[in-house]
Amino acid sequence: MNASRPLKLDARRVALTHYNERTRQPLEVLCGLDLEVSEGELVTIVGPSGCGKTTFLNAVDGLVRITSGEIRVDGRVVDKPGPDRAFVFQHDCLFPWRTVRQNVAYGLEIQGKLAKAERNERAAGFIELVGLHGFAEHYPHELSGGMRQRVNIARALVMEPQLLLLDEPFAALDAQTREFMQVELLKILARAKTTALFITHQINEAIFLSDRVVVFSARPATIKETIAIDLPPGRTLAIKHEPHFVELEKHVWRLIEEEAARTGMMTAAA
Amino acid sequence: MAMQHTTAGAPDTVQPSAKPLEVPVRSYWQRNENWLLGTISMSLFLIFWELVVAFGWVNPLFTSSPSRIVSAASDMFADGSIYEHIAVSAHEFAVGYGLAIVIGVPLGILMGWYSRVNAVLEPFVSALYATPRIALLPLILIWLGIGIASKIAIVFLGAVFPILVNTITGVRTVEADFIKVARSFGCSDRQLFLTVALPSSVPFLLAGLRLGLGHALVGIVVGEMYGATKGLGFLIATAGARFQTDQVMVGIILIASAGVAMTELLRLIERRFERWRPNLRG
Repeated sequence: MNASRPLKLDARRVALTHYNERTRQPLEVLCGLDLEVSEGELVTIVGPSGCGKTTFLNAVDGLVRITSGEIRVDGRVVDKPGPDRAFVFQHDCLFPWRTVRQNVAYGLEIQGKLAKAERNERAAGFIELVGLHGFAEHYPHELSGGMRQRVNIARALVMEPQLLLLDEPFAALDAQTREFMQVELLKILARAKTTALFITHQINEAIFLSDRVVVFSARPATIKETIAIDLPPGRTLAIKHEPHFVELEKHVWRLIEEEAARTGMMTAAA
Repeated sequence: MAMQHTTAGAPDTVQPSAKPLEVPVRSYWQRNENWLLGTISMSLFLIFWELVVAFGWVNPLFTSSPSRIVSAASDMFADGSIYEHIAVSAHEFAVGYGLAIVIGVPLGILMGWYSRVNAVLEPFVSALYATPRIALLPLILIWLGIGIASKIAIVFLGAVFPILVNTITGVRTVEADFIKVARSFGCSDRQLFLTVALPSSVPFLLAGLRLGLGHALVGIVVGEMYGATKGLGFLIATAGARFQTDQVMVGIILIASAGVAMTELLRLIERRFERWRPNLRG
């Protein structure tokens, strides 16, 4: 962690308990989580399925309330969604009745600060940024899965958030497109100079993208380990075959395996 | 489809020795096949109809014939007797269907958006939607008489429920994911309604308008047959009672044409609103 850079996310002892309305059973999802993300960092959260990664991200966005602890984004306590954060959803969730330009400008329209012409101009800039020049007037159904996900990212970036939250944005893409989009995302985030918190199930995606990988324990989630990824910037897909990368991958996988075994999701390795 | 044939060679590649590009020209027949087939089958049917009457195989009292219908229609238009029937029916339809839209759409939006409004009105809507509205005709005639008002009421009652129920469904069935996206951008309730609920319910709303149209036309004809002094339904009923089959047919054709024309008009509006839908144009 770089102390010289300001903290964009500062989560302290975050706990969250869900109450099932039908069974009236409490379910402890998050338990005393501490997580810091400095300006310009890309931090990825991995962990066994159902461990509460998405719940944590929703809490940072303010879509769900935490039970105790504190989440600060850019120094301000989070209690509801705000313009300092933007969320990229797993399914692109583009509004099918809006063109690419109208989808990207959506957040600005809701915010209501800019005039229509300015909104469109900003949207156009971010459509360029994600490499969709010439597609501004297309409807989502006319785009491929990868292009739709670019629009989804542009829709979040246009808000110029202090912190970008990405919830498995490439999960619905085919394997090849997914790899290319990883490279693209690194370029886009470097150009937009955005701090990002990224959730994924894919360990090699996490390592490839991140400055740090945070491994969540099984539910109730705490942080099991944080791994600094000391790979150089300007990464290309070839890096995934280098011994150091493979080492990191094995290490992260072992941590997740331990957690999965602990909860009986997987029988312990012999 | 034509594109597949014409892109055989990329236009910007230079091929000096290549033969000139063969662009298969699709004949007039190929381009208009569906339309032509429909016209031909219809024409054959009309000719057959004319002939069976001309040869005396069937009694024109029962079936009339295309030429008799045309001459009956030209007589009715020439002496002007048809115009007031058309005017009365059109008036009933316009006011009844218009009221159904003006009341059904906003009420449907309210019922879909506010669950309390829905809880209060839902029993009435369900009960009336399940009742064949034609069954209410005697009551409406008692209340409003045999003038134009009773027919407006029956057209309105026929059209308003499909419009209302479809609008409610449309506003209700907003995808949860879209709501989540909107909320994450800090959408207020009002903005959520305007930017998500309303546009996503448009297809439902238009389907309601189309269903309502059919009910409205049935309302006119049955209403006028049951108790009226003018209108196309009245014309059909009285001509039928006097065995003037030609005039009955003229009335039927006029109403059917109006129905087809208005359905087509709605389809055009639907295309305008649903440009974003894939494969609409097929």
